[in-house]
Amino acid sequence: MTGEELLDLAAKQAALGELAGAPADDPVNVPMIRHWLAAMGDRNPVYLDRGLAPPAMAQVWTMTAPAPGDRSPVSVMMGALDEAGYTGVVATNCEQTYHRYVRVGELLTPATRFTGLAGPKRTALGEGFFATWVVTWYAGEGEPVAEMLFRVLKFRPPEKRAEPYPLRPSVNRDTAFFWDGVRRGELRVQSCADCGELRHPPGPMCPRCHSANRAHVVARGEGVVYSYVVHHHPPVPGRETPFVVAVVELPEGVRIVGNVVDCPPESVAVGMPVRVAYRPMDDELVLPVWTPGEP
Amino acid sequence: MLTRDQVEVGAALPELSLDLTPTVVVSTALATMDFTPVHHDVQVARGQGAKDIFLNILTTMGLVERYVTDWAGPEAVIRRIDVKLGVPAYAGDRLSFRGGVTALADGEVTVGVTGRVSLGDHATGTVTLLLPEVRP
Repeated sequence: MTGEELLDLAAKQAALGELAGAPADDPVNVPMIRHWLAAMGDRNPVYLDRGLAPPAMAQVWTMTAPAPGDRSPVSVMMGALDEAGYTGVVATNCEQTYHRYVRVGELLTPATRFTGLAGPKRTALGEGFFATWVVTWYAGEGEPVAEMLFRVLKFRPPEKRAEPYPLRPSVNRDTAFFWDGVRRGELRVQSCADCGELRHPPGPMCPRCHSANRAHVVARGEGVVYSYVVHHHPPVPGRETPFVVAVVELPEGVRIVGNVVDCPPESVAVGMPVRVAYRPMDDELVLPVWTPGEP
Repeated sequence: MLTRDQVEVGAALPELSLDLTPTVVVSTALATMDFTPVHHDVQVARGQGAKDIFLNILTTMGLVERYVTDWAGPEAVIRRIDVKLGVPAYAGDRLSFRGGVTALADGEVTVGVTGRVSLGDHATGTVTLLLPEVRP
């Protein structure tokens, strides 16, 4: 989703208004109050003396995990932000208003309304959106006893830059079409624009009709190992040995050199079916490699 | 306990400083029914890029409430707690609250509160409360 689509989705979630959640599993009770006071080190006697819950406990009474498949406006929005790459989350604001202290024995029911999405904004953590919602807790016949505004920053974590891969292909005007294809996930094979003959590696002139007019076709991306070596020594910068360098024969009629990966070198054999894959080597370079394919 | 007439704008609250032992972080997380692993499982917390387990937000709210009622006494009625959340409060750190009365209006007392840890401000905000007019 683009930023605008996220804002549109947020407007739709906000338009749904307040949606009631499940009532608390337990009524306001002394054991949980006592536990809270002990953990907080709060010695205020008023709560246990008068059977009142500490007001900041409001949220505790309804702290049940969302059911699987929860489609509440907040979880829909959080899911969409995750999918758009804003996977980081940090809470920024918690504002609670207490209309009255709740009493032991009362059963609270929460209701949530999504109130807005703001962004994208640049923050110290990365680009992100601020999402805000309001939870109201009701007692008895719909009497609001507490409200909470909660705001989180959903941010895009800065990408870790990979070590640059030390081996770079030499790209020139004869070969640029091939690497442009790799970036799009296409295995391109040069063709003669006049007689249609395929050739690889790319070159300036057709070996059959000697035309300098060039075009290309997109190969299916399947092939078989025509020949191969297992490289053990010497060490190669950026690579772990041993690795397999193969000549792969394509059904289109040309052969192409590449690494066979994702299998032990001893499992590679002449005639082995392989399929092309596009492997990011660092933040910029993608190389076509060959993985074991279906026979 | 405090009454309304004993409070004026600018009055400072006594500082409250808490050692955030793992016991504090874990026991408060569980007392607030928050079983998210980053509040009790140090390996999970570190796996997610945190330095250690850290306080959950419900506890931050609870400690702000306690800080103000420790000062104001049992007859105070808390009306509102607004907190802006800052750096995490990790186990092993120390959380120190400072505060002062910032406003008196319509019978309500507003207290500004800051909870600091070694990394900076963990929570800054205001607590609005009512105090009894006279000693009951």
